[in-house]
Amino acid sequence: MVLSIAELHRSKAGRRSFWWLLFLLPLLPLAYIAEAAYSLDLGADPAQTIVTFFGIWTLRFLFLTLAVTPCRRLFGWNWLQRYRRMFGLYTLFYACLHLLSFATFILGWRADLIARELSERPYIIVGFVAWLGLVALGITSTRGWVRRLGRHWQQLHYLVYPIALLAMLHFAWLIRAGFGEVLGYALVLLALLGHRVIYWWKRRSRVQHA
Amino acid sequence: MLIKKPSDIRSSEITPESVYRRRRELLKAMLAGGALMAAGPARALERYELPDEAKRYPGPEWLQEKLRAASKGQPINGEDLTPYRHVTGHNNFYEFGLAKEDPKAKAQGLKTDPWKVEVSGECSKPGSYNLEDLLKPHELEERIYRLRCVEAWSMVIPWVGVPLHKLISRLEPTGNAKFVEFTTLHDPDQMPGQKSFFSTLNWPYSEGLRMDEAMHPLTLMAVGVYGDALPPQNGAPFRLVVPWKYGFKSIKSIVSIRFTEQMPRATWNETAPSEYGFYANVNPEVDHPRWSQATERRLPSSLFNPNQIDTRMFNGYADQVAHLYQGMDLRKWY
Repeated sequence: MVLSIAELHRSKAGRRSFWWLLFLLPLLPLAYIAEAAYSLDLGADPAQTIVTFFGIWTLRFLFLTLAVTPCRRLFGWNWLQRYRRMFGLYTLFYACLHLLSFATFILGWRADLIARELSERPYIIVGFVAWLGLVALGITSTRGWVRRLGRHWQQLHYLVYPIALLAMLHFAWLIRAGFGEVLGYALVLLALLGHRVIYWWKRRSRVQHA
Repeated sequence: MLIKKPSDIRSSEITPESVYRRRRELLKAMLAGGALMAAGPARALERYELPDEAKRYPGPEWLQEKLRAASKGQPINGEDLTPYRHVTGHNNFYEFGLAKEDPKAKAQGLKTDPWKVEVSGECSKPGSYNLEDLLKPHELEERIYRLRCVEAWSMVIPWVGVPLHKLISRLEPTGNAKFVEFTTLHDPDQMPGQKSFFSTLNWPYSEGLRMDEAMHPLTLMAVGVYGDALPPQNGAPFRLVVPWKYGFKSIKSIVSIRFTEQMPRATWNETAPSEYGFYANVNPEVDHPRWSQATERRLPSSLFNPNQIDTRMFNGYADQVAHLYQGMDLRKWY
């Protein structure tokens, strides 16, 4: 399977069709929730259901984006690299839907409620800051910005790590009781970040010994 | 041979003498009635027009009789009832899981009849009561109440039950009784949430009221909702309803009532004392540390209308209950 994907990328048609596949697949969650909303299948509190749904998918796409580098290093899946930006933009896409649905379906765009949430609620503030960070990364994700920023581009995009931690905090802060689900996500994030720390540390000691 | 103690024999198991004497007549009548019964289930509980596909909870026979005789509740002016499917499908009952749809999915096997309630502590009628006997002398009343969850959503629900003060008077609390403590069933085999390794709550769930709160005429012990018996996910067969407090005070599936002199433990208060007080009165001016309590989503909300409404002091019952808390600093005693 893995081998065949790598082979697929040798031909232009293969690359193209795989691109379309990975472009369309992330739209499935959106299609699923839109269908459920259309058939009025979202329960007593559809607003909360939708907001939570988009939030959790934001986190999943963020993790997927962060998984690209470890997968390349560990499994040699170098073809994944060309889709990293798309995964990142889908993270931003679902984050925008999350925020928009919160503002629309829960706050009803009431200025007083928005002001209150943004000034008083720690988990809202943390989530909003994380979203601003994603917007900055999304805007600077184009080829033009990569060229213009030069080596600063990489520095700027290290922001993804604090963003991931803020998103995790935003999620954990909502828990009333029962931390099983949050713990699951936290462990995945720990693995994704831990891999980088170990890699960096090993490389550093190798350089020192040389 | 199994010899039952008197307390084990429920009233419903004893045939009244009048019925016993007319047994031949009754048998004949029943045979005739059998043909009618086969035509379809009794519709006597149809107090509300519910969709045909809705899962119904008629309850045990002794309760059906009482439910049919229940008085009709007073609607709340300008506030519609939350539809049956949401009242019975959107529940916080952590004994059955954390998601709102978990209780409906996982509680259907809960055995709710017969049901024992242990009465203990500072009272002169302690003992282990069959729920049926505990309720026997009382007529059921329907009460249409707002329910405001601490998570900032709310519903309007037609409960059926007995005012708690009537039960308490029968149990004759002593002068030392300052509080009432309630405890939910603890049975991990029936309640999977109690097995969860990740839960921060200490089982069994327990809640309490000050004596004057318990004796307040609004405070209800519910056994039914929407004209039927309580579904398991709503706290069958016997639960508290205190409409001016956040929903978590209204403890479900109660197996113990204890009269105490000291303030009893309350599960959420114990879990996060800075977030959930013992009193937990609905109060738009005192926020939960993590979110505002100034407004609430009246369910069902829709995507076209979030249905955000302003939360009212004591959930709109201030006229009836504010005097209970006169002189108390409600920021301190949240």
